[in-house]
Amino acid sequence: MTSWPFLVVAAHFVGAAVLLAMPRRSRRAAVVVALAPMAAAVVMAALAAGAVIDGDPVTADISWLPALGVSLDVRFDALALIFTFAIAAIGMAIITYAAGYFAPEADLRRFLALLVGFAGAMMGIAITDNLFGLFVFWELTTVTSYLLVGFQDEKGSARAAALHAILTTSLGGLAMLGGFVLLFQAAGTATLSEIVASPPSGTTTTVALVLIFLGAFTKSAQAPFHFWLPGAMAAPTPASAYLHSATMVKAGVLLLLRLAPGFAATGVWTPVVLTVGLATMMIGAWRALRQTDLKLILAYGTVSQLGFMTALVGLGSPVMLHAALAVLVAHALFKSTLFLVVGAIDHQAGTRDIRVLSGLGRRLPWLALIAVLAAASMAGVAPLLGFATKEAAVAALLDEHAWIALAVISVASALTATYALRFVFGAFGTKPPSGEVDHVGPEVAAPGPTLWGPPALLGAAGLVFGIVPGAVDAVVSAAAPGGKLVLWPGWNLALGVSIAIIAAGVAIYAAPAALAHLQHRVAARLAALHVPSAEGSYRWLIDMLNRVADRVTGITQNGSLPVYIGVILITTLTVPAAAWIGAGGALPQLPPLGSAAEIALGVFVAVVAIAVLRAKRRLAAVILLGGVGYSIAGVFVLFGAPDLALTLLLVETVTVAVFAFVLGRLPRRFEEQPWRLGRAMRAGVALVVGGFVTAAALVTNGIRTAPPVADVYVELAPDAGGRNVVNVILTDFRALDTLGEITVIAAAAVGIGALVMRTRTQRRTDDVPDTAREAA
Amino acid sequence: MRFRPSLLLDVGARSMVPTLVLVSLYVLVVGHDEPGGGFIGGLLAGVALLVVFLAGGAAQVSRVLPIDPLTMVGAGMSVAVATSVAGMVLGAGLLDAGKLELDLAWIGKISVGSTLVFDAGVYLVVVGLVAMVLTRLGAREETAP
Repeated sequence: MTSWPFLVVAAHFVGAAVLLAMPRRSRRAAVVVALAPMAAAVVMAALAAGAVIDGDPVTADISWLPALGVSLDVRFDALALIFTFAIAAIGMAIITYAAGYFAPEADLRRFLALLVGFAGAMMGIAITDNLFGLFVFWELTTVTSYLLVGFQDEKGSARAAALHAILTTSLGGLAMLGGFVLLFQAAGTATLSEIVASPPSGTTTTVALVLIFLGAFTKSAQAPFHFWLPGAMAAPTPASAYLHSATMVKAGVLLLLRLAPGFAATGVWTPVVLTVGLATMMIGAWRALRQTDLKLILAYGTVSQLGFMTALVGLGSPVMLHAALAVLVAHALFKSTLFLVVGAIDHQAGTRDIRVLSGLGRRLPWLALIAVLAAASMAGVAPLLGFATKEAAVAALLDEHAWIALAVISVASALTATYALRFVFGAFGTKPPSGEVDHVGPEVAAPGPTLWGPPALLGAAGLVFGIVPGAVDAVVSAAAPGGKLVLWPGWNLALGVSIAIIAAGVAIYAAPAALAHLQHRVAARLAALHVPSAEGSYRWLIDMLNRVADRVTGITQNGSLPVYIGVILITTLTVPAAAWIGAGGALPQLPPLGSAAEIALGVFVAVVAIAVLRAKRRLAAVILLGGVGYSIAGVFVLFGAPDLALTLLLVETVTVAVFAFVLGRLPRRFEEQPWRLGRAMRAGVALVVGGFVTAAALVTNGIRTAPPVADVYVELAPDAGGRNVVNVILTDFRALDTLGEITVIAAAAVGIGALVMRTRTQRRTDDVPDTAREAA
Repeated sequence: MRFRPSLLLDVGARSMVPTLVLVSLYVLVVGHDEPGGGFIGGLLAGVALLVVFLAGGAAQVSRVLPIDPLTMVGAGMSVAVATSVAGMVLGAGLLDAGKLELDLAWIGKISVGSTLVFDAGVYLVVVGLVAMVLTRLGAREETAP
C-alpha cells in the first residue's frame, strides 16, 4: 500500500538522481527539475490540508523490513503539514534564488541535487511515524547537509566546517538511535504516535529520553553543541538560508514537539530541556552582538531562537507547545529572508562585513525595506508575525508563572532586538568615514529579480501572516492546540513586557560603548575561570581522538603479514574451539569413504598443496596455489555444484593474474630461511589450524539437530521462478546479503581508486620544487 | 612488470575477448535457471578484460571499456539498490522480487524478473572492480621500476 506523502518524498530523491545525471551546463532545465518535486509537495499539502486540520491525518504503512519491525508508517498530520509546506515553499524560493546566486561556472546542478535530496529527507522526518524510519531520514539530512556545507570543497575551511558539523550531529544521531532502541524496548512498538499515546515510564525510558535529547540538541545546535552552526556558515548562502535557519536545525525541535505530549510530564524533561534551551538562547544572543560578519550575526541569532523554541517545549504544557511551534514558523520566515538578503548583499558588494559596508540603504532601498520587515519580525515588532508569536509565548509564560524562564527569555529577547538593529544598520546604514577600511556601498549594482524576489516574498509573508495571524494559527492549533495567535492582544501585562523588551533592546543598541565594555568584562571573567569554550573543547576532543587512533593503529597495525594472518587464524581456531569444548566436545565421526574420483582428487589437492610449500620461485608458488583452487573446484563439480566451481575457477584465475602484477616488485626466489623459532611457530599454527578445521568439518556433520535450510531453499526455489537454487538464493532469498557483498566490492573499488590517485598526487607534489609549492 | 606487446597474445585476444564477453552475458541471463548469474558473468567479463590487459596493457583496457570503471561500479550499485527499493515503492517489501512477462510475437515469450535486473547490477559491480584493478593497479605496476 502506498500513499501520496510517501510518493512526494520519493519524488525528491528521484529528482536528485535525475539532476546528478543531467549535463552540467543545462542550468535552466536543472532549476525546473529541482522545482518539480517541491511543487508537487505544495500541491499535496494544500489538498490534504482541509482534512488534516480537522484532525484526520493521512496514514499508511509502508513495509520496509517487516522481519525487523521496521516500516515507514506514514502519518501526515498537522505538524507534518506545517513542515512539509515550509520545506517545499521555502525550498522553491531558495531554488529560484540559487539560480541567480551561483556564478555560471559553479556546479549549480550538483547544488540543486543535494538541496532537493536534503528536502526529501527533511520531509521524510516530518511525515514518518516510525522511530527507525525517522532515524534514517534524520541521518540523510546529516549527510546531505555535510555535502552542502562543504560544497566549495576546494576550500580547506569549508571542508573543516563540514566535518565539524557531521561529527557533532552524527554523534548526537548515534546517541539518539540508542535512545530509540531503548524506547522501542520499553514501549514494545516503534510507532511514534502509539508510543506518545501510551508512554512507557521507568529508568529505561529516562535513559532513552536523555539519549534522544542528545540527538535533538546536536541537530538543533543547542549549547554546548551549538558551535557547529556558526561554522556551517561556510555553506553557500542559499544553503544556509534553507538548512541552517528554516529547516534542518528545526528537526531537533520537531522531534521534541512530537515527544512532548507523551513525555513532558516525565521528571527528566523540563529540567534538562528548559535549562539547555534557556542557556542556548542567552549564549546565542550574547554572541550575536559581537559578530561583524552579517551571516554570523544571523547564525548566532538562529542558535538563540532555537534555544527559545527548545525552552518553550521544555515547559511542555499545551499552550507552551503552541507558542513554540508558532515561534518556529515565524522564525523560518524571517530568518530565511534575512539570509537571502545577506546573500544578495554579498553577491553584489563582495563582502558581508558590517565594518566595510556603508551607505547601502540609500543605494538599495527596496532590499533594505525587505530586511527591515524581517528584522522587525525577528525583534518582535507589531504587526509582524514575530510579534504575534512572541506575544503568545510571553502571555503563556505569565499565565504559568514561569518567572525564571520569563526573565531569561525577556533579557535574551531584548538582546535579539539589539542584534536586529545591529544587523539592519550594519548592513544598510551609512558609517562615518574611517582611515582603517575602505567602505563599500554607493557603487554597488542593484541585484537582479531572482536575488530580491524570493526574500521579498518570504518577508511579505511575515507581514501578511502578522496581520492575519489566524491563517497560521489554524494549522499551528491543529498541531498543538492550547494557545491562540492574535494581531492585537489589547492592553495587558504581556504587551507591557513586549514593549519593555523592545525598549531595552533599543537602549542597549544606543550604548555600544557600555555593551562592548560589558562583553569584554564577561569574556575576561570566563577566561579567568578557565571555562572551556565549546570550540576549544571540540578541538581538544578531535585532537585526543586522533592521538588515541594513532596509538591504537601503531599497536594493532604493525605491517607484518605473518602477524596479521596469525591473528586471523588463531581467532578462527579459538572461538569455535571454545564453543565446541563448551558444548561437550563431541568427537569427529569419519564419513563413509567417497568414490574413487573423490579420493583421487583429494590426494591431488594435497600433493599440489605440498608442492606450493616446496616451491623455490615465487611465480611457481603462485601458480601452484591457483592449482589448489582449480582442483578444489573439481571437488565442487563432483558434488554437483557447478556454480561454485565456476566462481572458484574464475576467482582463482583473476587472483593469480593480480598476484603476478605484484611479483614484478619482489625477488624471483624466496630467500632461504633457517629453521628458527619464527618459522617453527608459523608451521605450528598452520598445522593446528588445518587440523582443527578438518576436525570441525567432521564434527559438525555428525551433530546436526535442525533440518538443513538447504532443503527449504530447494523446495521454494521453483516458486521464486528459478531452477538454479544458488542463484535464487543470491538474488532473492538472501538478496540483502548479496547487496551487502557488492557494497563491499564497490568499497574496495573506490579504495583502489583513492589509493592510486593519492600516490599520483604525491608523486606530482614531489616533483614540484619547494619554492613553487609554497607560492601555490 | 613492464608491458611488452606480443603478436601471439594480440591475435589470440582479438578472437577470445568478444566470445568471452558474449558468454559472460549469456551466463548472466540464464543464471536464474542454469549455472551462472551476476557474479560468475561479471568474473567472466573480468577475465576477458584480463586477456585485453595481457595483450595490450592497462591503456588498452581503458580504451575498450565504454565507461570509466568507477562509474561502472556506481551504476551497478545504483541498479541493485534501485531494484531493491522498487518493490517497496510498488507496494511490496524491500527486496521483494517481481516479474515482467513480455510477449515478443514471433520471437516467443520472455520474462524479465527483477532478480535479473538485480543480478545485472551485481555483474556491473564485479566487472567494475576487475577493471579498476587492471586500469589503476595494473597501470601502476607497468610504470614501477
